[in-house]
Amino acid sequence: MAIDQELKIEMGKQGVFVTTIQELYNWGRRSSVWPMQFGLACCAIEMIATTMARYDLARFGAEVFRPSPRQADLMIVAGTVTKKMAPQVVRLYNQMAEPKYVIAMGACAISGGPFKQGYNVLKGIDRYMPVDVHIPGCPPRPEALIQAFMTLQKKIDSHHLTGEGRPRYLDPDAPGEFKVPEPGEHDLEPASNQGVWPVPVVIR
Amino acid sequence: MKTVEEIKAAIEAAVPGAKVEIVPNPGPSGEHSLLLGHEQAVEVARFLRDDPELALDYLSNVTGVDWLDKEVTEKVKVKRQVTKTVDGVEQTVEETVDETRKHVEPGYLEAVYHLFSMARKHGPVVLRLRTGNRTDQVEVPSLTMLWRAAEFQEREVFDLYGIVFKGHPDLRRILMWEGFKDHPMRKDYVEPDDYEYEPTAHDQVLKRAQAHQAQAAAMGQEGAGAGQ
Amino acid sequence: MSTFETIPESTSQTSAEHLAERLSKSITAAAEADRREGWNRPPVFLPESENGVLEVAMGPHHPSTHGVFRMDVSVDGERVIRLKPVFGYLHRNHEKIAEGTAYLASMPYTDRLDYFCSLTNNWAYALAVEKLAGIQVPERAEYIRVILAELTRIQNHAAAVGFLLQDMGASGTPLMYAFREREKILDLFEQLTGSRMMCNYMRFGGCRVDVTDAWLDRARRLVAGMPQFVDEFEALLTTNEILMVRCQGIGALKPDLAVNAGVTGPMLRATGVNYDLRKVDHYGIYDRFKFRIPLGDHGDVYDRYMVRILEIREAVHILEQALKEIPAGPIMDPKTKLRGFRPKPGEAYGRIEAPKGELGFYLISDGGSNPYRYRVRPPSMINLTVLEDMCLGHNVADVVVILGSVDIVLGEVDR
Repeated sequence: MAIDQELKIEMGKQGVFVTTIQELYNWGRRSSVWPMQFGLACCAIEMIATTMARYDLARFGAEVFRPSPRQADLMIVAGTVTKKMAPQVVRLYNQMAEPKYVIAMGACAISGGPFKQGYNVLKGIDRYMPVDVHIPGCPPRPEALIQAFMTLQKKIDSHHLTGEGRPRYLDPDAPGEFKVPEPGEHDLEPASNQGVWPVPVVIR
Repeated sequence: MKTVEEIKAAIEAAVPGAKVEIVPNPGPSGEHSLLLGHEQAVEVARFLRDDPELALDYLSNVTGVDWLDKEVTEKVKVKRQVTKTVDGVEQTVEETVDETRKHVEPGYLEAVYHLFSMARKHGPVVLRLRTGNRTDQVEVPSLTMLWRAAEFQEREVFDLYGIVFKGHPDLRRILMWEGFKDHPMRKDYVEPDDYEYEPTAHDQVLKRAQAHQAQAAAMGQEGAGAGQ
Repeated sequence: MSTFETIPESTSQTSAEHLAERLSKSITAAAEADRREGWNRPPVFLPESENGVLEVAMGPHHPSTHGVFRMDVSVDGERVIRLKPVFGYLHRNHEKIAEGTAYLASMPYTDRLDYFCSLTNNWAYALAVEKLAGIQVPERAEYIRVILAELTRIQNHAAAVGFLLQDMGASGTPLMYAFREREKILDLFEQLTGSRMMCNYMRFGGCRVDVTDAWLDRARRLVAGMPQFVDEFEALLTTNEILMVRCQGIGALKPDLAVNAGVTGPMLRATGVNYDLRKVDHYGIYDRFKFRIPLGDHGDVYDRYMVRILEIREAVHILEQALKEIPAGPIMDPKTKLRGFRPKPGEAYGRIEAPKGELGFYLISDGGSNPYRYRVRPPSMINLTVLEDMCLGHNVADVVVILGSVDIVLGEVDR
């Protein structure tokens, strides 16, 4: 921050609004996160409930659910990602315009959840694409989704436009698209995207 | 409603040469089933649907069951001639001896149909069709032409169990993707090695972890974390 | 051709001519047999225009498919001439997992089948196991089950109608109304079971926790306000001209085909077939209550909508009686051991009238602690068997409405 906070408040009282480009940019970005209308399973119902009258996601500038990935900023992976569905999810993510964010909603999207042992269940969407916020719960309550939104907004607020700590979409070298897995004869190929998901090593 | 025995008698009277066998159900529900032979199965099913007294017009449920080869151990009393020395004299005596015999009953796949009647509001009548074995003779006749309700359910059984329904109009995989090779609901299906550390320490998880460790060790991987 | 004109007359006639022509070409004995046998197959539609047929994949990511459902649609202009549903995008291996776990441990998984109606799923599974092992359920538990099942039916039908209207383009208002009432019912569920959606409440031989008097009072207040909500909902929708034009005569289903295709639930009753398992099987204690079965005449989208609205009203009647008569007493069968539960070898098929149709569980026990075979008979999936028959000849926009009126939940379709 180039400007002293106290001075800024003082000037605000005088009717002079001072800001930085970075603040303005992030403020605009975080106040109109448009999610993609994309429900996979049980969590999608709680996602719909969040947009309805009682929880009212519109307070966060995120009530405009877009059916097209081209118009959306945020993908809420709401529900179990199966191996049959995973290629489509990754493809939709690739089709979204930058900057794009992902919320993995619910235990299934994080790790496979209760269905982890299933032969057709992907053990977490972060095997194939980067996830910004994880929400645990089966399904997470609408309040949890709102909390995730606020976490995401804080994350957007803290982005630097330049320098080392800048987000992925401002780095021309960082990848914006990820490999879409192919359904194979027994499993998806590959089983995870290199570079997105480091294969965890168990230390005994 | 008629009992299973009466239905069997009615079928045998109406469809000459039909092979029908009663499969008893020892449980409290008492839903005994009828095992049909392949040749006359469609005719028998048509009789069950069109017979005014039974009028089983509604096919509720179609499912597959995988019965593995099982080793049956039974104790048999066998009469044997035994040479014995009784009172210093060698005699041949006939004796009854308990003997344990083992034999392997071959496994098969089974399609189970639950029929009800909407017209007469009774049911269920359970039909069973069995394949010859679990590997190459996996065909059973399809009943989709009689009850449309079987269309997707038979496809599902084909997908998950590998039972081929002869005469099905559109037999493709339904739940798994095209190009998938296995039949995952079979009891001997082996999942791809996709193990990831799970903190729940129940037997199944431990077994999977051990299998994964063994496979990783065989492939000479270091660390042996989650599999590729 | 505008959307609001009645489409089926012209197109279905020509398609019928096509069919007749196709059949009259070879009237042989084999063709006769084929016609007799194939009456329940979808008719063959041939393209009429010269522009060729366009193949559209609706889904798996499509805002109107209620989840991850896909339809491969062939359209000739706006007219649908072929439609093949594609399933499996939410195939979560419920059956395989259940065959590997104990009987009781499958109860939370049944919640996630049809995630709108977790309590009726619980009931169907509990009923099947009770039939398998011969367990009796105490009276109070039966009353609680009826109360919860009918509350579930109300919120499911309200949400289904809301989504149907959403698909029709009435974006927002009806769904908001439906979800407002649904939230009230979910509050009741949460107070009783600890969870809004995944209740995991019923057990073999009873229920998990007892209801309190305060809960019953709250439920009575909610039920007393329910007719007002339905009146409001109907005033908004039932005689709405756009809704009538979009729904009447669309997606008509004949009763004989519906029975043959195993269609159940409101979809079957909208065709006029009186088959409700609450009356047919007399499971639970449903024969103690006075209620009527709403039936439709035409089997079209509008009848399905009306049957659902009327079923909400009948559910309110059942709830009023059940909440008045609920006796005191135990809620669990004392003889049933839930831990180490091992039923004797045998098999059973238990079914109930879930809000979507006949939900059945087929269990085979080999005497072990896990079921040898565990099968769910999903009403949503089997109701989709006739989707192609209902959609052929209609516009693409009507496909969305017809699918909305079937009321599917993908967790149950794919399991």
